[in-house]
Amino acid sequence: MMAYPAGYKYSKDHEWIDISGDRGKVGITDFAQKQLGDVVYVELPEVGAQLKAGQSFGTIESVKAVSELYAPVSGEVVEVNGGLKDKPEAVNADPHATWMVSIRLSDPDEAGSLLDATQYADLVK
Amino acid sequence: MVPFGGWDMPVEYSGIVAEHLAVRERAGIFDVSHMGQIEVAGKNALEAVQRISCNDAAKLQVGQAQYSGLLTPDGTFVDDILVYRLAPQHFMLVVNASHIGKDYEHIAEGIKPAGDAVAVDASSRYALVAVQGPQAREVVQPLTAVDLGAMKYYWFAHGEVAGIRATVSRTGYTGEDGYEIFVPPPQADRLWLALLESGREVGLIPCGLGARDTLRLEASMRLHGNDIDETTTVLEADLGWIVGWKKPDFVGAERLRRQKAEGIARRLVGLEMQEPGIARAGHDVYVGDSKVGAVTSGTQTPYLKKAIAMAYLPVAQATAGSEVEVDIRGRRARATVVPMPFYKRTQ
Repeated sequence: MMAYPAGYKYSKDHEWIDISGDRGKVGITDFAQKQLGDVVYVELPEVGAQLKAGQSFGTIESVKAVSELYAPVSGEVVEVNGGLKDKPEAVNADPHATWMVSIRLSDPDEAGSLLDATQYADLVK
Repeated sequence: MVPFGGWDMPVEYSGIVAEHLAVRERAGIFDVSHMGQIEVAGKNALEAVQRISCNDAAKLQVGQAQYSGLLTPDGTFVDDILVYRLAPQHFMLVVNASHIGKDYEHIAEGIKPAGDAVAVDASSRYALVAVQGPQAREVVQPLTAVDLGAMKYYWFAHGEVAGIRATVSRTGYTGEDGYEIFVPPPQADRLWLALLESGREVGLIPCGLGARDTLRLEASMRLHGNDIDETTTVLEADLGWIVGWKKPDFVGAERLRRQKAEGIARRLVGLEMQEPGIARAGHDVYVGDSKVGAVTSGTQTPYLKKAIAMAYLPVAQATAGSEVEVDIRGRRARATVVPMPFYKRTQ
C-alpha cells in the first residue's frame, strides 16, 4: 500500500490537493487509480476555468471505465498539466506526484473541511 | 471480480494493458469456462445443424470448426457460435455464457423438423482454457502429444494435455494465434497450473475479461449483446461470409436473401477517433446535426494505442474515409470510418 503524503489534503471523492500559499495542485489518490486500472485518457479544463468545490472539472478514463474528476476546493484553474495528454499512465505509476490542475483557491477556509492523510487512509481502508 | 453470465470472473489480473500486450507480443492464458457447449447428435444431426446455424456445416470435415450464427426468422442474432464437427453426425456448438438457456431452447425447437437428432446442454461437462499469443504453441506443445504445428487454424484434435483428456482447438477470440483447450471441470485447475508453469519462460500471464474485450475489439470480432443482437442482421453486421447461401433452407434465410437482393440500410463499421476522447458503447454518432447511428463497442486500444470503436452507420456513411462525429458525454469529437479489422496479425 502506497503511503498518503502527510502534507496533502484529501477529498472523499479521492482527489488530493497539495496546497502552498493560495495555490493547490490537484491529483487523484493511489486508491482511485487502483480502482480505475490503466489510465488511458485525462480530459482537463482550460486555464482560467472557475471551479466550485465538489464540481466536476474533467474526466479520467481507464481502459475499462470513465470517472469524473471533482474539485476539492473552489477557485480558478491557473495551470494544467499538459504532459498528461501524452503520458496518462503517469497517474498509475506515481499518483501522488502526478498533478492534473493547479487551482488558485478563492476560499482557503474550504481546505479545513478536507481530510488529512490519516483520515483518508482510514476512509479507504 | 464481476458477475458475468452467471459466473464470477476477474476483469483483470495484473492490469488490462499488460495482459493485452502479453497476448500480442508473447502469450496469455484465459479461463473461459463460462462459455456454453450444446451438442447435437443423431442420424440427422447434420441436417439439424444446417437448419439452425447460418453457416454451411456440410463444409466441415470431422475435426474442423466454423464461426456461425443462430438466427431469428428475421435474420438477426439469437447468438453467435462456433460449430465443431466431432463426428459425421455429432456437432458441438460453443455459445455465449449468458445465452445458454435461450440458445438451447432455440436449438431444441429448431431441429425438430430434421427428425433424428437431439440437442444436449453439455456446458457443465466442459471447462475451457485459452492460450493465446504468438508463443502459444511453445506453451502448449510441451504438454501434449497432439501435433500442434500440423493443426490448421479452426481445426481441433482430441488427446491429452498435461495428462488430462482434452480437446485442443486452434481457435480464439483475440485476433492472435492460439489454442482453446476443453477439459473436464475437475481437472481444469491442474491444466491451468501446468500451462502457467510451461509458459513461465515465454512470459505467459493470466488475462481477464477486460483484456479479452480489448483484444477482440482490436481484432474487430463482434461481441453479442454489443455489436450484434436480435435487432441486427448478419448482413448489417457485415458478416455475410458466415452465411451458407447455397445450402438448404435455414432459420433466417429468407430474410437474408431478400436483404441481400434489396440491399441493407445500415452497416457495422470501424471508427478511429481523430480528436482526443474515447467513443464508448451507446454514444451517438452524428453527421452535422443529424444523428446517424450509435457506437456499439469502443475503447482505447493498448496495442495500436488509438481510440477505436464499432458503430452502425447508414450505408451512405459506411465507407472508409467517411467523416463523422461522436457525441462523447456532450462533446463532439471527429472520427473517421476505417476498414476492419483494426488489427491483423502478420504471421
